[in-house]
Amino acid sequence: MIMYACGLTVVAAPAVLVLLTGLSLLLGIRLGERNLGRLTQILVITATLAATTLLIRMLLKGEVQYTLELGRWVDLPIEHFHFTFTFLFDRLSIPFVVLSLVLCGIIGAFASRYLHRDEGYSRFFFLYVIFMLGMVLSSVAGTIETMFLGWELVGLSSALLVAFFQNRINPVVNGLRVWSIYRFADSAFLLAALVLHHLTGGGELDLMMGHKPWPESACLIEPSQALLVGLLLLVAAAGKSALVPFSGWLPRAMEGPTPSSAIFYGALSVHLGAYLLLRVSPMLDQSPVLQYVIVAAGCVTAVYAGLTGRVQTDVKSALAFASLLQVSIIVIEIGLGFRYIALVHIIGHASMRSLQLLRAPSVLRDHRKLEDDLGRTLSQSQSSPRSKAVTAFRLWRYRFAIERGYLDTVLDEWIVAPVVALFRWFDRMERSLVRRLSGKPRLVNPPSGDLGVLTPIDVDSTTVEVEVP
Amino acid sequence: MISELHLPWLEMSIIVPLIAAMFCFRVQSQFTAQRVAIAASGVTFALTLGEWFDFSTLGTFSAQDSGSVVFMLFGSEFFVIDELTAPLLPKVSLLFGLTIIATMRSKAQRFSFGRTLQAEAIILAILSCTYVPLLIILLMISAILPWMEMRSRGADTRVYTICMTTHIGLLISGVLLLWLGGESSIFANIAACLLVLSAMIRAGIFPGHFWIVDMFEKSTFGTAILFVAPMTGAYVVMRMVLPAVPVWALHGVAILSLLTAVYAAGLALVQIEARRFFAYLFISHSSLVLAGLEIANPIGMTGALCIWLETGLSLGGLALILRAVEARIGRISLDQFHGLFDHVPHLGSLFLLTSLASIGFPGGLAFVGMELLVEGTVEVYPIVGAIIVLAAALNGVAVLRAYFRIFTGTRHIATVSLTARLSERIVAITLSLLILGVGIWPGSAIRSRYHAAETLLRIRKESGIESNTSHHIASPQHRVVVYKTEEHVNHE
Repeated sequence: MIMYACGLTVVAAPAVLVLLTGLSLLLGIRLGERNLGRLTQILVITATLAATTLLIRMLLKGEVQYTLELGRWVDLPIEHFHFTFTFLFDRLSIPFVVLSLVLCGIIGAFASRYLHRDEGYSRFFFLYVIFMLGMVLSSVAGTIETMFLGWELVGLSSALLVAFFQNRINPVVNGLRVWSIYRFADSAFLLAALVLHHLTGGGELDLMMGHKPWPESACLIEPSQALLVGLLLLVAAAGKSALVPFSGWLPRAMEGPTPSSAIFYGALSVHLGAYLLLRVSPMLDQSPVLQYVIVAAGCVTAVYAGLTGRVQTDVKSALAFASLLQVSIIVIEIGLGFRYIALVHIIGHASMRSLQLLRAPSVLRDHRKLEDDLGRTLSQSQSSPRSKAVTAFRLWRYRFAIERGYLDTVLDEWIVAPVVALFRWFDRMERSLVRRLSGKPRLVNPPSGDLGVLTPIDVDSTTVEVEVP
Repeated sequence: MISELHLPWLEMSIIVPLIAAMFCFRVQSQFTAQRVAIAASGVTFALTLGEWFDFSTLGTFSAQDSGSVVFMLFGSEFFVIDELTAPLLPKVSLLFGLTIIATMRSKAQRFSFGRTLQAEAIILAILSCTYVPLLIILLMISAILPWMEMRSRGADTRVYTICMTTHIGLLISGVLLLWLGGESSIFANIAACLLVLSAMIRAGIFPGHFWIVDMFEKSTFGTAILFVAPMTGAYVVMRMVLPAVPVWALHGVAILSLLTAVYAAGLALVQIEARRFFAYLFISHSSLVLAGLEIANPIGMTGALCIWLETGLSLGGLALILRAVEARIGRISLDQFHGLFDHVPHLGSLFLLTSLASIGFPGGLAFVGMELLVEGTVEVYPIVGAIIVLAAALNGVAVLRAYFRIFTGTRHIATVSLTARLSERIVAITLSLLILGVGIWPGSAIRSRYHAAETLLRIRKESGIESNTSHHIASPQHRVVVYKTEEHVNHE
């Protein structure tokens, strides 16, 4: 009974928070900064205490897994189709959900001061609680659909928080880019969920991984099937964790307010992809090819993050690439089968990086204050630059790093631009055909617009409607 | 005997807006007309809710009015409620009501409330009608109303006229061919093709989709929304195509519908005018619904019916938001940022909610509907089914792009207050609660859609269409054939 109550509280507290903040915004009821802050604190603390109690009780009783079943959300027995609300509390999910709640609580307390009297205060908190709900659902999900639900909530709130300073163009364009990458990566997740439904007849993770607790569970599907599902999940994880080739969005996501950068890209969101791989890690054992691919993805991302991180000139971008480097190492660890090391690595890295990101805006001020208090300039470590010959390779390497591996350029020019050009061509053809059907003369230069993903600045409208007799 | 409702709900819900429409045409003041229209649409909504509730207490697949005037006059009942249409009728009447309520005074002079009420009566009649000749006449009248409006605005109607004439022409030819063709399988196959082509045009499947975009550009936004949002094309498929067309033809159109979904989603992504963006977004969703219906398996059809139910609300709501924004800043261009969120946060939030619900985001019925649709499609075409996911992804990017362009990116300077009016807030709250309510507790909605899909497919199977392409299902006796089977289903 206690276990049930605790498990339910972990999931329900963030859901109640979303409901209350959402309803207040919808009905136009102003909760006020203080009330909103307190409400958030109370419910986050409640959920954290419940998760901790669950952990302690499981440790005392020697249990390694507890499954909370809240019934079937959708049930079509004849078609063998059902969505169950099942939540899994085990050695993987409990540490991760406690980490999520603790960090969310800290960031919430920080944000209530950081965004004091900001016009978007309520909006930030609404998106923040959606994010927290998404993280909790993804962490303790016992079915792939529940995990997808949480995954989508995390994606939406992240994109909207990147665009938080919405009266400027750059945050908005970057928010759209983050959303676009998430959408396509999430499509892979959805396909994986569907394939899994087909293979196992349901979305429960234990149908795929067996009933043994993590990490001893064994995959119940064939190696070739594991490879297919695993590759789709890897694409989803790569999108969320900014692995190559989806890394371009990570520094752009720093446009959001510092608390959201800390929580999303330093601590939790960026680890969600790695967490997904950890959750399905028994499936990785089933397919060595899949393991090689994961290790390779991690290695490529590590090299990329190492190179690009060295040339960043602002602290948030440098921290973003440092995060990415650690995430890629975690992915390598997962690929090599070091699951507990990866879990500990996630927890340690998330905590440390959150602190760094939260301290980043005030580090210069603190440095100056320290100098004022000491009454002297703090000695700078003077590293004498060794004269190195500027070789073509070094130049290329620098250019590669400063251009962030040309990843954005490649995605924009090789994928986005051709697709956009194709659909614009279709649009021109349709307009032309409709004009012809309407008996009007055709346009020389029909209107076209930029997608907003390609460039942060709107191009001037160079299109002129000229009718040709 | 088919089951009877306790009151003549169906006829009353059709007659009330017709009478109110006549009154609206007679009054001079548009504001009085709007008040009358609001009252009439409220009563109609209550009647449709009443018929849904009454029907659900009967526990049968279909039912007709008791004490029906039509029955007394013609000796036959033309209007029937069944599991397919029971929730669609209140949804449609709600959409009409919300559109009338949300019409701003500045727009009231150009928006005909009388014609809107007429359209409501006709759409409700279409969704209740199973008698093929009457259905064709109603479809024809429903298409004429927007045409009259476009003509009165001096807009060019050539594209609309060509498409609608072709649609009705193909429909009549197909039905006549089935009726007169006897047992000949050649005639039956030709008739099937004609019916399928007709339904494709009405539903906006490539290449029959031009009229939707054209209509959104040339008609008032309100009229365009109310003409397309009930998805009468999907209804034509359910009533006239599904019982009459062999599987090969259905599956062929399903593939074309899926391709249209991706094509329209891509076009929605590159539009620079909000109306065209919405038109393509609608076409993409309409195509997904049609694809699911034509896959003709219970799970895919359940998904399609869920999306039909959901997108009617969510896309209808989205269109109302665009209309409200247009009332403030004129035609919305998407190649620049408007930054309206600070002025109309309610509308911005509802834009996000409705658009995300329509693309199958968690929290809306379409989330489960989309999964069911993909599941059903993958059963038939494993690779092609993945196209739905691609269309949903493209639509997702398109709607957020539109949101950012309209509500963010700059600070909009206005000399007058643009704040949402009380009536707009009511519309926003009603739609939000409905979308989230159905999305969070989808169980009963999905069960009812599944039962409707299963029964319709069983009727189709029992009619012999799957084994034999020669049939009379679309003949005027169609109603009788279907009801006999339905009686069998009800007895079961």
